[in-house]
Amino acid sequence: MKIKVVKNILSENESYAKKNRAIFAKNNILCLNMISSPGSGKTAILVKTINRLKGKVRVGIIEGDIQTDLDARRIRTTRAPVVQINTEGGCHLSAAQVHSALKLLPLDKLDVIIIENVGNLVCPSVFELGESAKIAVLSVAEGDDKPAKYPEIFARAKVLLINKIDLFAAGASIDFNLKKVEKEVRRLNKKIEIFPLSARTCQGFKNWRKWLIDSARNHPAQ
Amino acid sequence: MHETVLAQRLHKLILAESAKYGAKPVAAKISCGLFAAVNDELLREALCAISRGTAAENLKLKIEHKPPQGLCEKCKKQFNIDLSNIKCSFCGSADFQLLPDAPLILEEIEFESEKKNENKSRKKHIKRK
Repeated sequence: MKIKVVKNILSENESYAKKNRAIFAKNNILCLNMISSPGSGKTAILVKTINRLKGKVRVGIIEGDIQTDLDARRIRTTRAPVVQINTEGGCHLSAAQVHSALKLLPLDKLDVIIIENVGNLVCPSVFELGESAKIAVLSVAEGDDKPAKYPEIFARAKVLLINKIDLFAAGASIDFNLKKVEKEVRRLNKKIEIFPLSARTCQGFKNWRKWLIDSARNHPAQ
Repeated sequence: MHETVLAQRLHKLILAESAKYGAKPVAAKISCGLFAAVNDELLREALCAISRGTAAENLKLKIEHKPPQGLCEKCKKQFNIDLSNIKCSFCGSADFQLLPDAPLILEEIEFESEKKNENKSRKKHIKRK
């Protein structure tokens, strides 16, 4: 006997993502889901971003890591509210985990929540967390072939931050062609915003900061 | 690595359907978009490990991967995107909109036939005699 089922395998996650979306809408919060490989510089970008948004946009952070609270400690130096989630082996954050973390953030005092997902270029892009947009981060040290090798996240992201561009000026020998990456990413995702920057020198932060401020003020109801 | 989580959710859905029909599931078919990045071998291995000792043990899993879809801005037709040659398959234009990826769906389940069940219970009955 064969029966038709047609049920979404991720319906449980979708249901929590919907609940999270409702919380963000109720509190008029822009939620961003930051995804990259480990070591691309997500936390360094966040620390510099939070400091540059002070007085303009109130930011809260949800940190996803397999182990430790090392990244949450770095975020705490900015005095921004932060909640650490340890997945203990899990390769991505789930909407249910984010839902629990939201209970620990002062939602009425925030304009933006950035979720720093577990360092992984594949799995996190499959699980919706209720975010308004995905932010992909790629560092020049990783090589310019990543958009071709891992199209999922680059096809789904609204913004791509290309980090560690200070390595070019430092004369480092790096196989990374910015134009090639931009062309490859736009083949699947024409509307993506691309901001090359350096979390070390803060080069390129102006445009990324402007995008964040504009998005926090003008984001549509989720 | 997310295949383990997918296998857990899938297993839960299959067992729920199995309980509803009161029958042992022997095969299931799922479909997913290419961007769900599902590795068939890993998903089958995970499901095999999770279903051990349950009604879904030894279930055969069929996985259908659906290609990403584009909507051509020029000829307005919907087409399957070939990642090695990204352009409209009808008019060749590179100007298109990427449509949302196909969701992960449990499409169908095949249950052990009643005849087979009857045969099994008959064999057991004969053995007892």
